[in-house]
Amino acid sequence: MSNQSIPEPADAVYSHEVPAERPWSRLLKRGQTLRIVDIEGQQAVDALLYCAEDPAERYSAQDTMRVQGSAYVELGTRLVSNKGRIMARITADTCGRHDTSAGCCSCESNAVRFGESTKYQHACRENFILELSRYGLAKRDIVANLNFFMNVPIDPSGNFTVVDGISAGGNHVDVTVDMDVIFVISNCPQVNNPCNGFNPTPVRVLVWDPPTA
Amino acid sequence: MVGRTKAEISAANRRRYEELRLAGQDATPKALPAATALDGAPIAPQAVISREEVPPGWYDTVRLRRGEALRIIDPLGVSSVSLIGWCEYDPSERINCADTAKVQWSAALSKGRVILSDMGRVFLSLIEDTSGAHDLLMGGSTPASALAAYGEVSRNTHENFLAAASKLGLGLRDIPPCVSFFAPVSVDAAGRFVWNAARKRPGDLVDLRAETDLVLVLSNCLHPLDPARPAAGGPITLVRHRAPPAAADDPCRTTSPEIVRAFQFTDRLYA
Repeated sequence: MSNQSIPEPADAVYSHEVPAERPWSRLLKRGQTLRIVDIEGQQAVDALLYCAEDPAERYSAQDTMRVQGSAYVELGTRLVSNKGRIMARITADTCGRHDTSAGCCSCESNAVRFGESTKYQHACRENFILELSRYGLAKRDIVANLNFFMNVPIDPSGNFTVVDGISAGGNHVDVTVDMDVIFVISNCPQVNNPCNGFNPTPVRVLVWDPPTA
Repeated sequence: MVGRTKAEISAANRRRYEELRLAGQDATPKALPAATALDGAPIAPQAVISREEVPPGWYDTVRLRRGEALRIIDPLGVSSVSLIGWCEYDPSERINCADTAKVQWSAALSKGRVILSDMGRVFLSLIEDTSGAHDLLMGGSTPASALAAYGEVSRNTHENFLAAASKLGLGLRDIPPCVSFFAPVSVDAAGRFVWNAARKRPGDLVDLRAETDLVLVLSNCLHPLDPARPAAGGPITLVRHRAPPAAADDPCRTTSPEIVRAFQFTDRLYA
C-alpha cells in the first residue's frame, strides 16, 4: 500500500466542512490525498471521480470490482476508470468497508422504494447534477458511484441490503489520486434508510500535497 | 405529519424500512415463479418478429417496442451475454444495475424480476428464465480483463458496447454498468466473487419483455470470471417476438409494493 507518513491535519493544504445534505467538488492534482472524515458517524458520502484531462474517462464501479475480485471497497482498493486505468487508491481507512454497488439515491428511485410522498425530498442525484454542471457535465455523466461509510452487505444468495453504517464518529478514509481528478461528493441526504442513521450530518474534507522526497 | 419530532420521524422511517426489507427478502422471493423448464416456453411461430445468431465475440443492437420481448438463448451452454440499454427517446435514461438491486433487495435476477432504469421505471421484465444465474455486479470483459486472463486483447464486451453506442450517435459517456446473463456469479462471505460453473446448461434462455420503447446492445463475450478461453465461446440466438399482453396479475408486475409503484410510473408514460 504505502509507506507514506500519516499526514497531520495542520499540514493540509485545504480543509472544508461539507454541510449535511450538500455537494462538494475539487480538482485534485496527481499525488494529492483527499481525506473524508465522518464527523459524527454513520454518514454515507457518495463520490464520483472524473479524469480532469478528459472527463469521458471516469470512475467505473464494475472495473474496480473486477480488478479487485471482490465487491467491497477497503484499504488498498484501486479505483479504476472506464478505460481500465487506476485513478486513485484507498491509502488509509479507519472504517473498514465501503460500498460501490448500491448507486446513489434519486428522487425517482426514492419514490419507487419508499412511496410517492418521498419524491420531493432532496437526493444525491440532485446534488451530483448541480455540482457536475460546474464542469459542463450532466445527468448523462453520472455513473455508478462510490459510497464511503455505507454498509451494503451482499450475501451468497444475492440478498442486497443497505444496513446501519459501521462508521463511528471521527472515522476517515484517505484517497490518493494517480492522475488529475475532478472529485465530486454528495453528502447523502437520504432519510428513508439506515445509510445515514436516519439523520444526515456534516463531513470534513482535507487535502494534502504529496510528501516531498 | 405536523407536530412530529425529528426523532419520531426517524423512528417511523426506520419502521417503514424494516417492513419493506422483511417483505422484500422473505415474502417476495417465496412468491416468485419457478424457473422456466428448458422446453417450457415455446414461441408461437406467428409471434416471431426476427431472429439473429450472434457469433462468439460479437454484438448486436436490438430495438424493442413496449410489449415486445427479446429471447436470448445460449444453445451450447458456453456463452454469457452482457446487456446495456437506453430509453429510445432519451438515451440519458438507461439501465441501472444499482437501482435494480436496491429496489428488489437482491442482486439475483430470475424469472419474475425486472431491470430498472435510473428514472424509477421498468425497462425489462424477466417473463421467462431457465437459468436464474446472472451477474448484476461485476460486469463484462474489457481490453484489460482480456489481457490479464488470456495474455492478449481478444474481442471484448467493453469495445463491443463502444462500437454499438457509436453507431447510435452515443459514446463512452453513455455506457452504463451492464447485466450479464448466463453468468453465474455470487459473492462469498468475504465479498469475493465466485463463478458457479455447474449452473450453466445448454439451451438456457431468458425472455425479456420491454416495458418501454428501448434500444438494447447485447455482447456475446465470455464473462471475465469464466475460466474458459475465448475459443471455447459459442454463438447465441436472439429472437425478437410479440409477448403475450401482461395480465393484471402478471407475476413480474406484482412482486412487491416497490415494483407495483415502478410499473405505475412506467405506465404513466403511455397513459
